[in-house]
Amino acid sequence: MGHILIQDVCKSYPNRRLERRGPRDPYLPGQMMQVLDHIHLEFLEGEMVCLLGPSGCGKSTLLRIIAGFDRPLSGEVIIDGKKVVGPSPNHIFVFQHSGLLPWMTVWQNVELGVRNVKDIQTRREKIQENIDLVELTDFEQHYPHQLSGGMQRRAELARALAANPDVLIMDEPFNGLDFLSHMKIREEIVNMHELLRKTTLVVTHDIDDALLMGDRIVVMGNKPTQVKLNRQLDFPHPRDPKKNAALSDLRDELFLMLGVSYAV
Amino acid sequence: MVLPLLALTVVLLIWELTARHSGWSEQVFPSPSKVMRGMSELIASGALLQHSIASLFRVTAGFYLAVIFAIPLGILLGRVETFSLMLNPVIQFLRPISPLAWIPLAVLWFGIGDKPAVFLIFLACFFPLVVATAIAARSINPIFFQVAANFKFNRWETITRIILPAIMLNVLTALRLTVGIGWLVVVAAEMLAVRSGLGYLILDSRNALRMDYVMVGMMMIGLIGIVLDYLMQQLAHLHPSLLRTQ
Repeated sequence: MGHILIQDVCKSYPNRRLERRGPRDPYLPGQMMQVLDHIHLEFLEGEMVCLLGPSGCGKSTLLRIIAGFDRPLSGEVIIDGKKVVGPSPNHIFVFQHSGLLPWMTVWQNVELGVRNVKDIQTRREKIQENIDLVELTDFEQHYPHQLSGGMQRRAELARALAANPDVLIMDEPFNGLDFLSHMKIREEIVNMHELLRKTTLVVTHDIDDALLMGDRIVVMGNKPTQVKLNRQLDFPHPRDPKKNAALSDLRDELFLMLGVSYAV
Repeated sequence: MVLPLLALTVVLLIWELTARHSGWSEQVFPSPSKVMRGMSELIASGALLQHSIASLFRVTAGFYLAVIFAIPLGILLGRVETFSLMLNPVIQFLRPISPLAWIPLAVLWFGIGDKPAVFLIFLACFFPLVVATAIAARSINPIFFQVAANFKFNRWETITRIILPAIMLNVLTALRLTVGIGWLVVVAAEMLAVRSGLGYLILDSRNALRMDYVMVGMMMIGLIGIVLDYLMQQLAHLHPSLLRTQ
């Protein structure tokens, strides 16, 4: 489960800017600006897909459309043969900034994903299992503001996993984390994905994140957004671009594609 | 604890000195010692307790009535566009009218006794509470509603698990301010058509030219006001998640 087909998706927003940004700015104030232009993509079951692109290129918009929070202007998203018509526990969205409910403990937040489980004992086991999986054991009764940024991200991940969705959608999951938490959580997400094999979509602007995590890398371009690259990666984990020539070449290619000629 | 007591002593001292040297008689400007004597008389006769309870009852009744109507209405105004478009002008129109302006109507509609006073306190508490609740409900982080949609909350769950906890902290602050307003208005409300309460005590003592009793009434209002404010402040400590830093 978790096969995703994105067919001919377009999306426009009204341009709220009062002035053109320059003589070459194609968007006139007040007009609709197209952020997604006939996007076709297919993600296979269990794939870890990393979406790369410059900021404002519409990758978050595409993610929100897949999650059902936003409607496409035309086209459709089909998950396992069923058209996405709205949010559903079958595709859980992990928010860029904390989406935990601040008035609930970690335990209560994770419980949101298993509300439909009738048997109390099974429900407890499922909650505990997911809290243990993200290594938040002994923090069950903590409130989100008592946790570090990384722990909050993990708690939200546990909540998402508890719902047992076919698709996991993460919008810049490492945003706002310190360097070490970033590394650590990235590793944990890779391990978790190896273990559970859930289709996982990750939006990021960090090329190394995409190279280290992705089974597929999709690069989106600007104005209006089209798919510039869609490549499957077949490298074993853990990956290191410094030791793998093919990975290193891909890294240079990606940097060039995103407009940086001398990547370090 | 030392600093407030020190300030209180200084105030009492200045009061005593001005009372002695102002040239006014004890009847016009009683000294603290005379007021203390008056207070012990009123305590001994039971009158002070009786009047305080009468005032507290009216404030409590008017305040709870306001809470019962204002909070659900505030949530509707904050979350349902049609409601706010329809009712907001009415509320903004009624809000700046002082509750005291309603006194003639209140007496006419509710006669004499507790009812008009409770009605005035209700009016005084209702508008600030409804506006504060509406603003709090409108400014709930939209992410919380997306989470609710993602996990398929039904309407009841959205109200009890998202809206109420999200507005709780702001509403508690509003409740604290509102009790203060209610307590301000009760004195004015009791100067009409009732024969009990601290407001009545002040009015009646003025008619009897007992300025010491007037001051006892004023001090009692201040003391009970402090206690009410403290109690409302403690409400926020009832639940640990309300102390969140967000």
